[in-house]
Amino acid sequence: MSVLVALLAIGALALIFGLILGYAAVRFKVKSDPLVDQIDAILPQTQCGQCGYPGCRPYAQAIAEGDEINKCPPGGETTIRHLADLMGVEAKPLDSAHGEEDIKKVAYIREDECIGCTKCIQACPVDAIVGASKQMHTVIVDECTGCDLCVDPCPVDCIDMVPLRPTVSSWRWQLESIAVKNVE
Amino acid sequence: MQSLIEKIRQGSFSDFPGGVYPQQFKELSNQTPISRIPLPEKLYIPVKQHIGVEGQIKVAVGDRVNKGQPLTQSMNPFAVPVHASTSGEITAIREHVSAHPSGLPETTIELTPDGEEHWVELTPMLDYRQHPKSEVLEAICRAGISGLGGAGFPTHIKVTPKKDIEFLIINGVECEPYISADDRLMREHSWQIRQGIDILCHLLNPKYVLIAIEDNKPEAIHAMQVACQENSDYIICSVPTKYPAGGEKQLIQVLTNREVPHNGLPVDVGVVMQNVATCYAVADAIFTGKPLIHRVVTLTGKALRNPGNVWALLGTPIAHLLAQADVDKQQQQKLIMGGPMMGFELVSDQIPVVKITNCLLAPGVKEMPDMGPEQPCIRCSACADACPAELLPQQLFWHAQAKELEKAKDYNLFDCIECGACAYVCPSKIPLVHYYRVAKAEIRTQEEEKQKADKARERFEARKLRLEQEKAEREARHKRASEARKAAMQEDDGGSQARIAATLARAKAKQEDNGAPSDNSDKVAAAIARAKARKAQASSSGNEVQPDANAGQDDKAAKVAAAVARAKAKKQSTQKTTTPEQPDAPEQDDKAAKVAAAVARAKAKKQSAQKTTTPEQPDAPEQDDKAAKVAAAVARAKAKKQSAQKTTTPEQPESPEQDDKAARVAAAVARAKAKKASRAQQQAHEESEQEVQPIAADSEKKRKVAEAIARAKAKKAMKDKNSS
Repeated sequence: MSVLVALLAIGALALIFGLILGYAAVRFKVKSDPLVDQIDAILPQTQCGQCGYPGCRPYAQAIAEGDEINKCPPGGETTIRHLADLMGVEAKPLDSAHGEEDIKKVAYIREDECIGCTKCIQACPVDAIVGASKQMHTVIVDECTGCDLCVDPCPVDCIDMVPLRPTVSSWRWQLESIAVKNVE
Repeated sequence: MQSLIEKIRQGSFSDFPGGVYPQQFKELSNQTPISRIPLPEKLYIPVKQHIGVEGQIKVAVGDRVNKGQPLTQSMNPFAVPVHASTSGEITAIREHVSAHPSGLPETTIELTPDGEEHWVELTPMLDYRQHPKSEVLEAICRAGISGLGGAGFPTHIKVTPKKDIEFLIINGVECEPYISADDRLMREHSWQIRQGIDILCHLLNPKYVLIAIEDNKPEAIHAMQVACQENSDYIICSVPTKYPAGGEKQLIQVLTNREVPHNGLPVDVGVVMQNVATCYAVADAIFTGKPLIHRVVTLTGKALRNPGNVWALLGTPIAHLLAQADVDKQQQQKLIMGGPMMGFELVSDQIPVVKITNCLLAPGVKEMPDMGPEQPCIRCSACADACPAELLPQQLFWHAQAKELEKAKDYNLFDCIECGACAYVCPSKIPLVHYYRVAKAEIRTQEEEKQKADKARERFEARKLRLEQEKAEREARHKRASEARKAAMQEDDGGSQARIAATLARAKAKQEDNGAPSDNSDKVAAAIARAKARKAQASSSGNEVQPDANAGQDDKAAKVAAAVARAKAKKQSTQKTTTPEQPDAPEQDDKAAKVAAAVARAKAKKQSAQKTTTPEQPDAPEQDDKAAKVAAAVARAKAKKQSAQKTTTPEQPESPEQDDKAARVAAAVARAKAKKASRAQQQAHEESEQEVQPIAADSEKKRKVAEAIARAKAKKAMKDKNSS
């Protein structure tokens, strides 16, 4: 008798938990790998493809599947460190096969040389170039990620990558501090 | 609560943790009254001199401006205008070295004074208590007043708090060494400061007003006590001298023993703090209508032979002030804006005085020697003892140096007020504040980049989506188009082809019509020719009458065929008369071949139709071209006659309007029949049958080929006949 009770009890419990688990599996279903999103959030979103993947998200996917974390030159050391923290691996120096960390640049179109071919517009991953066929094009500096992708398609080589000019708000303190010395 | 205010009245204050006691050096500059200095040659007025956003410039180069005239304007609540500090001409609007540690150029309005000091029309508001608060606030905003203590926060925003205010604290502590601008201002203009406090009280309705002054400024305390004695709610607080007692959070702690929470504002503990110089400027703005165009600047340091405080117009280049203070160029090795603890070194002496410039320090060589190289941290924790914000400077330093910014943030890096007390006490001469500033700037940059990255991701994804949509749309469109095409093709089953063929036939007919001299007669002749051909067939081979009848029904096709025949007949008649042997020579060019073919056909027709050969007729006029034409006309006329004599072709009237395809088929059939007719005697039916079908179905080229073949056959037939 007691065996029966035990069996019933265990069975009932198993049923209840099974139902709870089953419900939870449906209710809290994770649609995509949250790790990919986390990695994607760390990557600099230049969409430059220097890592060998066609954008930041595919690289995030690859990292989640075990690829190296040091293939992102635009992100540089900071990104590698963040990725290392997230993935629980050792931070490595940037893989120079994919490029060197560079100062931040934006594209600049020499407008009087532009022939209005729209090739750069098609190449820009973030729609940061405005213009129309046979019309001059120009770069929206605030939206440009400096990915370099528009430079090659230009048939007249009128696109330069120029370093961003530092402003008062983006400037970093590099001063000797000022200290008072008591001199008597 | 009562006990707190009693404690304050009794002068027993709390203390803030840490703090240092640097030597004051205030007596260098606070001995003489605030002096007025001559106008500089040029004023450089930066359009942004406060925290917030700049306005739009509303003057242009070459404009004459009056003293106090606003130069910028903005609807943004965080923008305050800048004003012309004196009357004169705008000589340039360009980038000029800024009053910032970087010295990076910023948009600056260059004003050349005319020396007339001609004021713009002022609108004082003496009865401000009768005006709504919003008007008073607007007047303060219009006057361009932002906090003159150092941070430059727009005053009109600070005095519109969302919460009830218990204490309005007027900050006259001026704890940093060397600076004495507020000290002198309180001594000389205590009444106007009190007027400013009155206005702020009207706006804020605080329970108490605490006027905090460090106890190393007894003259200022006395002056303020005299000025405020009428109002018992204004309490003059003589706070102990300790750096940085003048820091907002520290002063609140000293006076009220309340701590401003992390990430909070003083208003969260019921306090609003204003600098004495700000109160002075507010009073100026309300009672005289004058905007903020000048401020007291302390010129001090041992490199100056004549230190003191001056009323400096905003935009005055530093070089001008230093000249007034009689700078000793030998002694002067660096130039600091602000005090020695928190100020920054200037990169140029053309930097202008801005709203937050309270002091210019030109220390002598011995006064502030170079720090020497930085030594390793020995973990002595002297900095932690000195820190007024109770942070752990050595940990912050550690993480900032290792660029572990997240950890530095965890150690509350952003609660650091950059007072410099830690660096001041550091035995290893580590410029700690420098590290914190770099780390803070880096974190801000990273956050900015993060935001930019998020935006870039958004844009990238939006673009991807758009491209996919466009692709899908394009594919759908293509699919629809191809389906429509297919459907159309099935529907009219080559109708378009028929149309094309008909068009071609029409074109040809037209060409030939044009070529023929008389249109109508040609047509008639053609009809006759056609009729003859049919008849010939009917007579020669009875079994082929049925298809003939069907084909001949069509008018157009018949016309075309007839036209062809006619043209050929024409040519034939001309040629035959001249060179009757030519048709026999098969090796000829295309034209000749055509002509030959036409001749052959015509002959065949004639043969079959009339049976009665009339060889004399064409042969008769052995003449030139003209004659040939005449002959042709004759032939036509004859043909006409013949047709008139003969029974008119019954098929023609029968021919109803048929579709184009039928026409084409009919044309082809007619042609084929003409050929067949010529071949009637040859008995080459099987072959011709085979060839006729492709002709009907195929394109013009093929048709031409077929025609050529037919012609050749006709020729052969003729030859045969001739030979026979």
